Amino acid sequence: MLKFIAKRLLWMIPSLFAVSFLAFVLIQLPPGDYVTTYIATLAASNEVIDQNTAASLRERFGLGDPMLVQYVKWMWGILSRGDFGISFEWQQPVSGLIWERMALTLVLAVASLLATWAIALPIGVYSAVRKYSVGDYLFTAFSFFGLSVPSFLLALLLMYVAAVEFGQDVGGLFSPEYETASWSIAKMLDLLGHLWLPVAILAVSSTASLIRVMRANMLDELPKPYVTTARAKGLSEFRLLTKYPMRIALNPFISTIAWLLPNLISGSVVVAIVLNLPTAAPLLLQSLMAQDMYLAGAFVLLICALTLIGSLISDILLALVDPRIRLE
Amino acid sequence: MSDIHTISPRKPLLEVRNLVTQFPLRTGLFKAVNDLSFSIEQGKTLCVVGESGSGKSVTARSILQIVDSPGEIASGSIILNTADGKSVDLAKLHPRSKAIRDIRGRDIAMIFQEPMSSLSPVHTVGDQITEVLRLHMKMTKQQARDEAINLLRQVEIPNPEQAIDRYAFQYSGGMRQRAMIAMALACKPQLLIADEPTTALDVTTQAEILDLIARLQKSFGMAVLFITHDMGVVAQIADDVLVMHHGVAKEYGPVEQIFHAPQDPYTKMLIGSVLKLEQKAEIRLARPPLDTTAKPILEVRNLSQHFGTLKALDDVSISLLPGETLGIVGESGSGKTTMGRAIMRLYDPTGGEMLYRKADGSVVDLAKIGGTALKEARRELRMVFQDPFGSLNPRMTVAQVIGEPLLVNGIMRGKELDERVCQLMEQVGLDPRGRERYPHAFSGGQRQRIGIARAITLKPRIIVADEATSALDVSVRFQVLDLLMKLQDELQLAYIFISHDIGVIRYMCDRVGVMYRGKLVEVGEAEKVCNAPDHPYTQALLSAIPRPDPRDRDRSRRFRYVEPATPLIQSTLVKNGSSAR
Repeated sequence: MLKFIAKRLLWMIPSLFAVSFLAFVLIQLPPGDYVTTYIATLAASNEVIDQNTAASLRERFGLGDPMLVQYVKWMWGILSRGDFGISFEWQQPVSGLIWERMALTLVLAVASLLATWAIALPIGVYSAVRKYSVGDYLFTAFSFFGLSVPSFLLALLLMYVAAVEFGQDVGGLFSPEYETASWSIAKMLDLLGHLWLPVAILAVSSTASLIRVMRANMLDELPKPYVTTARAKGLSEFRLLTKYPMRIALNPFISTIAWLLPNLISGSVVVAIVLNLPTAAPLLLQSLMAQDMYLAGAFVLLICALTLIGSLISDILLALVDPRIRLE
Repeated sequence: MSDIHTISPRKPLLEVRNLVTQFPLRTGLFKAVNDLSFSIEQGKTLCVVGESGSGKSVTARSILQIVDSPGEIASGSIILNTADGKSVDLAKLHPRSKAIRDIRGRDIAMIFQEPMSSLSPVHTVGDQITEVLRLHMKMTKQQARDEAINLLRQVEIPNPEQAIDRYAFQYSGGMRQRAMIAMALACKPQLLIADEPTTALDVTTQAEILDLIARLQKSFGMAVLFITHDMGVVAQIADDVLVMHHGVAKEYGPVEQIFHAPQDPYTKMLIGSVLKLEQKAEIRLARPPLDTTAKPILEVRNLSQHFGTLKALDDVSISLLPGETLGIVGESGSGKTTMGRAIMRLYDPTGGEMLYRKADGSVVDLAKIGGTALKEARRELRMVFQDPFGSLNPRMTVAQVIGEPLLVNGIMRGKELDERVCQLMEQVGLDPRGRERYPHAFSGGQRQRIGIARAITLKPRIIVADEATSALDVSVRFQVLDLLMKLQDELQLAYIFISHDIGVIRYMCDRVGVMYRGKLVEVGEAEKVCNAPDHPYTQALLSAIPRPDPRDRDRSRRFRYVEPATPLIQSTLVKNGSSAR
């Protein structure tokens, strides 16, 4: 087991290099660079920059170097000093920009994940055990509704109801007075007060699909002979369901952790923008539009790292819960 | 039904009266068990025997009220008279009630056909045994664990202290069934229901499991309801026999009467079909002897097929004459299926050659050729598979299935193809009017006929049949075997007939090869190998086959083959870990 983990960790190193290089190339692919975008923005507001200023800006940002040199410089900065470079647009080190947003993203993502599982798994089991009952049809209808409503629409609707009907402060994750304050218990409570809305919206869409998956997994397991064996032993229906088929039906979910982590950053862009959340997704979008390459590069790198870590975690967890994988 | 039971001083342990278990279907009610009555005396064995769909499993499940939904007991009574004098009608209890749950596993326990899938794959064997003890006997964790180890020792699992923490997939097939038995007997039930417990096992393992059940039955004074389709097993273990067909009892009486004075024509047919397997087929006896001087159509020389360290085939040499039926017999893991597949060149052999003599007399080595040459050879070597359900594409009509080889080889199309398909279907005894239907509309035997029609479509010269009749009921089995022999004479086919069933081999094969752990240990005339074999392994295999005669129950003549130990074989044994005993 340890050998397996060590091997997987070693494999992550070349993968990360390959992926980071690819990300760097992709970001560079569109014609022009940050300075071109910058000049275009200024030109829109009738300011003109002469060629000399542009050239000196390029030199300062190191944009004139060949791409490979830029990449090596960037990677070297990350490896030696943990320096992800400078965001051109914000005129700040990238690392200062991303970490707080990443932390909030994580809070939001974990909260909505837990909410989703807490709602979806029991409903999925219920729907499978009481297949074709009124309750099953009801939940099925609900889950298809949740699947089909676009989440930004739901976000707008809930914001309207919360703000107009209940006079709540919606949008963002903090009240204005806490936005720049340092962390305290009051700020935490404020965060919790704001968190429910995005969590609810994100949960509705993913709950729907999860219910269907759980229902299908359970339906696969329920007719298996080991369930009959357990019944023939005299176990109560609830106990045998939770101990045997449910345990096995949950296994596929562990595999999904791999793509949950990267989804944290890139998955909820639309909702985050509509609700004006200070999470990573809007910043990533903005940086890509502005060709702010170090900022965007840092995000892409993080997403990749999270994907790799996620799949490692899910593989380890799967091996822990399923002896067939661990021992064969 | 004859009522031969004399009134015993004690009430019987279980009395089933006029039981009806039904499944609601779209088209109405299907009575899987219809007006069935029988009883089981304390300490006795009742065998319920019948072919698939006879309702024998549903009967067993009805007793414990664990019939798969939407099945339900419609009427009748199932009276359990326990040792302490109480009587309960199990049919009246609600399937989820506490009352029936207390009886399940404590008074009546059950073991199933597939020990692998009947045990949870993600819980240790110990966990699943201690669970029953804690539930019914209210033991503490430690007490339950000690008792579980004790039980595993009683069912002769080696190193029970370690085995208790292993998972089902780490056990061999026989050990899994032993663990199931340990689990079922944990609370010393008064009745054990065994639903085809040895069907998935090799004959030698089957013999050991039957012995084990008999021994524990004696020491616990337990009654056994044993469900099987194998008349040989019935003859060996039953006190009473209930013959079922389509949900109704055909005959019910002591084993002696069923085997030696059967009344019902269905029972007679069942017994007859078993006895038929005791000798060679009549069609075969009538056939003129083979020309043994002819050049062999296939010559396998020193064939080896290794998968990693596993030697699935180890230096196998055998030849096949034109028009001959060569049987390959062996237990699971002996390499017989690998042999069939290697001849079809589904693998790339590790070593050796397979010389195939074409119709024009030229010889090719199937182990070496590739590309077009292999394609051409494969037209003349076809295969019939074991599973008549899995080997037919459910989305293709029968006409498509049978005609596909002709179509993909660009030989026929359109009307011509259709006519050929009809002709082939008639040849295998199917009505061509059904050719536009899908495989699910056919029974197991009919599907196997479809598989055979597909195999002979390209006018092959050799057919490899891998357990082609194992999944079929005895009554259907003969029809398929007889069909294969008829086709052999019509089309001058040579068969390689792979089977674990010596009876089937004896019935239709000219010569037999016996395989054991990848080696061919004995080759000879079928008559000789099946009746007076030379090799001790073949002798042991024959000794383990249950004789279909209740008067012939001498267990002492049975013995197990122990390979003369060599260091090399020892090490592979440990690696496989499948046969720990």
